[in-house]
Amino acid sequence: MSVGSVDPQVLGPEPAAGPVFDARGERRLASRERLRLLLRRPGFIVGSLILLFWLTCAVGGDNITPLDPLNDFDVSLQPPSADHLFGTDQLGRDVLSRVMAGARDVLIAAPIAAVLSVAMGAMLGTIMGYYRGWVDEVLSRIIEAFLSIPVVLIALLIVSALGASGVIVIGTVAVLFTPIVARTVRAATLAEAQLDYVTAARLRGESGLFVMTREILPNVSGTLIVEFTVRVGYAVFTISTLSFLGAGIQPPSPDWGLTISDTYRLIQASFWWPTLFPALAIASLVIATNLVADSIDTVRQA
Amino acid sequence: MTRYIVRRVALSAVTLFLLVTIVFVIVNVLPDDPGRRIAGPFAPQETVDALNERLGANDPLLDQYGRLLKNAVTFDFGESFKFGQPVKEVLFPALARSAKLVVLGLVLTLPISIAAGIFAARRRNTLADRSVVTLGLASSSIPEFVSGVTLQFLIGVQLGWLPVLALAPSDAGFFAELEYLLLPALALVAVYFGYIARITRAGTISALDADYTRTAVMKGLTRRRVMTRHVMRNALQPTVAVIGTQIGYLFSGLIALELIFNYPGLGSLIVNAASDKDFPLLTAGVILVGIIYMLTTLTADLVIAWMNPRARLVGERV
Repeated sequence: MSVGSVDPQVLGPEPAAGPVFDARGERRLASRERLRLLLRRPGFIVGSLILLFWLTCAVGGDNITPLDPLNDFDVSLQPPSADHLFGTDQLGRDVLSRVMAGARDVLIAAPIAAVLSVAMGAMLGTIMGYYRGWVDEVLSRIIEAFLSIPVVLIALLIVSALGASGVIVIGTVAVLFTPIVARTVRAATLAEAQLDYVTAARLRGESGLFVMTREILPNVSGTLIVEFTVRVGYAVFTISTLSFLGAGIQPPSPDWGLTISDTYRLIQASFWWPTLFPALAIASLVIATNLVADSIDTVRQA
Repeated sequence: MTRYIVRRVALSAVTLFLLVTIVFVIVNVLPDDPGRRIAGPFAPQETVDALNERLGANDPLLDQYGRLLKNAVTFDFGESFKFGQPVKEVLFPALARSAKLVVLGLVLTLPISIAAGIFAARRRNTLADRSVVTLGLASSSIPEFVSGVTLQFLIGVQLGWLPVLALAPSDAGFFAELEYLLLPALALVAVYFGYIARITRAGTISALDADYTRTAVMKGLTRRRVMTRHVMRNALQPTVAVIGTQIGYLFSGLIALELIFNYPGLGSLIVNAASDKDFPLLTAGVILVGIIYMLTTLTADLVIAWMNPRARLVGERV
């Protein structure tokens, strides 16, 4: 609190400099401690390195791929060799270059969808957990109805009714993840809302909006961070599946799910490389995200 | 118990009603010219008008909503655009084929994953435990189509142990049919092993740590009796709940797998209806999967209420 123009006598003696509780310093110390704990977990290190690799590919795009992922045509379906480490696809394009470039679209779409769903879910969840009563009851029923249809299925319905585009895919995944986030945040808010600091704020006469955004939200931020990392993983999962089904990222993107849907029939003729390398890429990205999410969750709870 | 069953069934009905409403908003309210979306940008206006007429897209929204609700209750969604047959007649044979695959997947997944979960819980924080947890985390986070194509290549093509495509010739016997379905079912195992093993492990750990287990051990019951009567009865409740929700999700995992293994089940029917813009079929398919999910979660909740009398009181003013 700033003393400013108020007569110091009214406020009583200033507290001594020594034993003052330095909240910001304390927080910085705590987060440094958490980072130290994270760096001791092999899962976190491996996951972060894989993520870093795919992020580099996504940012670098065709500047760092060995060949042009879209327009460099060689003999088609060559097996992996020194010229083409991962072979060439059905149109003679370099599979390695396409796998590297394929990271971009999904790594743009998934985090945006995750951020949006966490933001909307946090809003809904705090309202439900703070007000309870009929608001909570009504929203809970709607959330349950959303959760009763598998995400991929309802996304398929939305995309066929509205058409496939980047914005629609991101928006769909964000909306469909919102109820799941809201449920988690609601549970966290219910626990927080019973604590004394919330009662104190209410007795001070603060508005519901203030209590929710300034008092409760900062205290559930840990839950939000974990929820975000988990959602990124699921968003990659869902968006790749949608792309595989033709309802996600659209051609000519070298996106992994899309590439697999173009090439999986070739497996039966033993041409495995155009399909299995992108499949490996998806698996590594999703597992890496989950390793990071899991480590953050464990460290936060410890 | 009767009171609980009535409450729980009423709740399912409300959820189902909301689900139909969500589908209505997506299919009937959001698109502005469904006939144009189906026919494409170059179709003549007459075709578009005819389609809109057939879909009833020109009627007042309230009428359309009433019609969809009525269709959902009677499960009569009219004729499929593509097949020219009543939607029901197209959906149910496909559902039967998918159900075969789901049942086989569950029969393979449940024993392995429940056993692995209990095994890991009893050897907490050992290498064996950590392997189960890590394997479960990894396998359940990989999309079905990714494990599907990988298994198809490794086991079907490279090793040649199992048929690469899932549909058996029509004169095949029961076991031949099983052999054809085994590869996609294994892909389902890869995904669902992780969920069920991890939830079983967590449930078992909390039951092992509970006071009633300590009491049972202290009063000198045999190890076997402690495990079966005290630990398992409590430990498996979350597992039952997860199995209930996962069966519904299994049907969505099927969408990709049925494409890869060229199997004419509910999943491939729905995805083809989506790309053909066959809205009556697509709507009915989505609602059907919603109904299946509702029934399986309902069953799971009733089983849990039977296992644990306390669960029957949830939501009631005691």
